[in-house]
Amino acid sequence: MSDTVISAQNVVKKFGNITAVDGISFDVKKGEIFAFLGPNGAGKSTTIKMLTTMLRPTEGVMKLAGHDVTINRDDARKAFGIVFQDPSLDEELSAYENMELHGTLYSIPKAEREVRIKELLELVELWARKDSMIKTFSGGMRRRLEIARGLLHEPRILFLDEPTLGLDTQTRNLMWDYVKKLSDEKGMTIFFTTHYLDEAEGVAQRIAIIDHGKIVASGTTPELTKQTNTKTLEDAYLSLTGNTTRDEADSGNNNGLNFKTAMRNKNLR
Amino acid sequence: MEIIYTLWLRQVRRYYRSGSRIIGSLGQPVLLLLALGYGIGAIYRKAGEGNYLQFLVPGIITQTVLLSAIFWGIIILQDKRFGFLSELLVAPVSRLKILFGSALGGATISIAQGMIVFFISIIFGFRPYDWLLVIPAFGILVLTSLALTSLGAGIASMVDDFQGFQSINNLLIMPLFFLSSALYPLNSVPTALRIVSELNPVSYMVDALRLLLSNQTHFGLGLDLAVIGATFGLCMIFAVNRFNRIQM
Repeated sequence: MSDTVISAQNVVKKFGNITAVDGISFDVKKGEIFAFLGPNGAGKSTTIKMLTTMLRPTEGVMKLAGHDVTINRDDARKAFGIVFQDPSLDEELSAYENMELHGTLYSIPKAEREVRIKELLELVELWARKDSMIKTFSGGMRRRLEIARGLLHEPRILFLDEPTLGLDTQTRNLMWDYVKKLSDEKGMTIFFTTHYLDEAEGVAQRIAIIDHGKIVASGTTPELTKQTNTKTLEDAYLSLTGNTTRDEADSGNNNGLNFKTAMRNKNLR
Repeated sequence: MEIIYTLWLRQVRRYYRSGSRIIGSLGQPVLLLLALGYGIGAIYRKAGEGNYLQFLVPGIITQTVLLSAIFWGIIILQDKRFGFLSELLVAPVSRLKILFGSALGGATISIAQGMIVFFISIIFGFRPYDWLLVIPAFGILVLTSLALTSLGAGIASMVDDFQGFQSINNLLIMPLFFLSSALYPLNSVPTALRIVSELNPVSYMVDALRLLLSNQTHFGLGLDLAVIGATFGLCMIFAVNRFNRIQM
């Protein structure tokens, strides 16, 4: 299976006695756009954090472009770019400086770095603002810059963790058009999470739905609706995950606080 | 090497762009120099102890470094809370390099602050005992900054909220400053206070600086250097250990 770019086998993640991810397995192929859906606290962010080497799986194996994320960590890291759920730019540096810092961290030679930064900033229409501080940027501009930054080291995989949160429709469309182009033309593998099911339906070639740390269904939108005897992806999703809301503190990501804090807060209640 | 340089540059850029922060952080040392240097100075001379400003300035320089270095740690906390640390942690760079590059930047800022206070104190009438000895004194400033920046980085890695960081620092910075040899000569204070001050590594940082700048010492340069070196080592181990444990 040489064209598998992302693979997870029986991955478990426990925090103390809470199991956030409970034995999930999946494969994503080269050039595929893969959506990872689930309610708050289902294990989405924990899974992305494990795939992107920020957390170690308690059990199981995860590979990016053939590199085990816990053993060949740096090779795995070079293989992906990521747009985080929360903003992750240095506010007090300029757009160009943020790009430059990223390029240096990924050891891109200076000459090449300069060319690529210009290309990408022109692409996301921020070249004219390259010397402005990030703190003067709007939410949409920041997101565009983060995408440009994630692509700077030419990764084979792009992770997008709720990338369209808080963006206007124009920026969302622009972003997804570009993401589709990356997958079509460059064969880049896209792995994204979202709460907007229309996005998943419109963009993703394959979808996995996770709930309570387990993958409850996966396949294309027609497969999922057929499986659940429903008409739309939203209906399929609701029939698989139920209609109740979830407690955010159970998730690995409590609005940007870490799990330790989340557990502490939980104990206080 | 380029990676460390870039991380260092990030810190330094943030510093020189924040004019208000530079001015603000110099307010306290200037106030201390004025109030204590001139206010207490007159009594100090009457007591037959000589020129208080000559005694005080090394203490104020150390206090500036202490404050600036430990408060620099707040950047790590900001990066943690506002997401930039995620960008650093998923990059193919070891955490050790990230910590070193950033802490070197933090130390550079503290050194700059210390030097500014040194020049301000010259305006106030302070004169180094021997201008040649300003060079080794600079070396002490560097070591002190590195040690205290590591301490700040370690603390910031441990705590998760700004109020917590603030209160830990108040509990730490104030005693480290007031219960040291920065403000008073240790040979003329009550025994209990002297013992506490002798257990405080900041006393040795002040003492070394005082020997080189004002030719006055309590412990002697050998002991000073040994304690500063040991403090530096321990703070580094603390910072590396805590920084490695950060989970996003």
